[in-house]
Amino acid sequence: MSKYVIRRVVIAVPALLGISLALFTVLALAPGDPFEELVTNPNVPPEVTARLREQLGLDDPVLVRYVRWLGAMLRGEWGFSFASRMDVDRLILQRLPTTLWVLGAAQFLGILVALPIGTLSAMRPYSVFDQVATTLAFIGFSLPTFFTGLLFILVFSISLDWLPFIYQADIDATGWRWYWGHLRQAIMPIAVLGLFQGAALTRFVRSAVLDVIRLDYVNTARAKGLSEQITIVKHVVRNALIPVVTLVALQIPAIFTGAVITEQIFRVPGIGSLLIASILANDTPVVMAITFVLTALVLISSLAADIVYAVLDPRISYN
Amino acid sequence: MATVADSLGSLTSAPRTSLWQESFRRFTKHRLAMVGAVVLFTMVVAVVAGPFIYRVPIDEIDFKSKLQSPSWTHPFGTDDLGQDVLARMLYGGRISLAVGIASMLIAISIGVLIGAIAGHLGGVVDNVLMRITDLFISLPGLPLLLLIMYLFRDTLKKLFGPEAGVFLLIVAVIGGLRWMVVARLVRAQFLSLREKEFVEAARSLGARPLREVWRHILPNAMGPVIVAATIDVAAAIIAESSLSFLGLGFPPDIPSWGRILYDAKDNLEFAPHWALIPGTAIFLTVLSISYIGDGLRDALDPRKVLGGK
Repeated sequence: MSKYVIRRVVIAVPALLGISLALFTVLALAPGDPFEELVTNPNVPPEVTARLREQLGLDDPVLVRYVRWLGAMLRGEWGFSFASRMDVDRLILQRLPTTLWVLGAAQFLGILVALPIGTLSAMRPYSVFDQVATTLAFIGFSLPTFFTGLLFILVFSISLDWLPFIYQADIDATGWRWYWGHLRQAIMPIAVLGLFQGAALTRFVRSAVLDVIRLDYVNTARAKGLSEQITIVKHVVRNALIPVVTLVALQIPAIFTGAVITEQIFRVPGIGSLLIASILANDTPVVMAITFVLTALVLISSLAADIVYAVLDPRISYN
Repeated sequence: MATVADSLGSLTSAPRTSLWQESFRRFTKHRLAMVGAVVLFTMVVAVVAGPFIYRVPIDEIDFKSKLQSPSWTHPFGTDDLGQDVLARMLYGGRISLAVGIASMLIAISIGVLIGAIAGHLGGVVDNVLMRITDLFISLPGLPLLLLIMYLFRDTLKKLFGPEAGVFLLIVAVIGGLRWMVVARLVRAQFLSLREKEFVEAARSLGARPLREVWRHILPNAMGPVIVAATIDVAAAIIAESSLSFLGLGFPPDIPSWGRILYDAKDNLEFAPHWALIPGTAIFLTVLSISYIGDGLRDALDPRKVLGGK
């Protein structure tokens, strides 16, 4: 087991290198020169520009620049944000907890919806419940998050006036009011993301349970007199969850995509909305750093999923 | 054996033969897929033919009639500049669907090429290509899409003009980030098909590698690829809408459905119709395509074809 975990972590290193190389290539191929302004400015003599370029190592071979860039990225030296007037790493650390809390809660909600519905659907395939659930899952899956978000705002904020549609980082209250304020404004972003994830997951769970429920060992469990509940929960769902974990891992990049959009709609001050704001403000260091952080998060989560997979399924051996 | 011969015959000779007819019959039996096909067909006809019939300009500004609800003069209402939403929707539908189809074609071409090379050659090439595929799978799609748009937009605009430049960039990037599933599917199909007797027979009859791949393996590997292609169109439409919705896709004078939604989102209180119409259009298109994909999956599943006879 521990051997597997170590191996899996070691495998993640070349993946990270590969992705960083991809990011760097995009950056290096991009047109535009940070010194464009200096070059066109008649007051700056060309020698000064050349010296500056040399000092910053802009004319070094590509490989040297890549290694230096990667080192800086890994050490957390992400530069200075011109738009926010602070170091990029501090800026991102400030925003990251909000993103992780909304994403985590949404994912939890998705699983909470998908597990029972998917399982019940698979227990009675083609029943009315199954057909309604499958249709709803299909609809939920086809509703893009940006549209669901607007619909939620239209219904719950504008028509019913139940929930605020602008997320505030600091809420002017103390005690339970503070918690309530935070929860209330997070309901819609979490629901939008969570229901979208839930719709996708329901389909996975349903087909995974369907695959398992007809196997002989399930009949054996029933035949030896186990109650339906124990058969389903202990024997069917447990085994059906194994492939679902992999599918959840494959969904992770999509979750981050959804997070960027939801944060933008509800103005959640996370790194997704920061990414959009930085792009609009031409704040390159921040854009670069966020892309790097999101990529790293995707890698870490898929690593975690693989490890959970190994814990769930003792048959998995790595070779 | 007879079925293998059948399918070979159907794929190499006459256009209308029992295998495709059987698939078509199977597809028509999937009720929701048929509904999806009808809805999608209607939308395509509307956006292709619509602008010739409904000749209201998309950019006629009229502040006197801004933010109006749907009425006889403006069936889908107007936006904050008094522009006719129906005209913009019809025009935008062309853009959205064109982006969907073009990105799908790019994704499928790259995917089939890489999958075929990996599956046919095997060995080191296969290993390297599959590592690259895994790498692309773990890239976060939208953030990377945004980064590339951010870095390359201005140059391409200068090179190809604002309209074509943005279109090319969006299509290339969406397609370039979505080929991985197809590559894996095609590779898996190649690995199993190249060991089949009919391929071996072709080989022993002297078929060159290119002919073996093109005439014998590829046609038989197309089923899952067609399904993936269908889903890719929907995914590309969503990707383009997301980009435009974030204000980083098409400019306002090219009103793709996502762009209309982006412009409408700040007027939700005063003109909900303006956001509901493009949102519903995207949703219906994606839902129809998903159901069509579902129907195609059932129709093209070779196990069902063999078992159903």
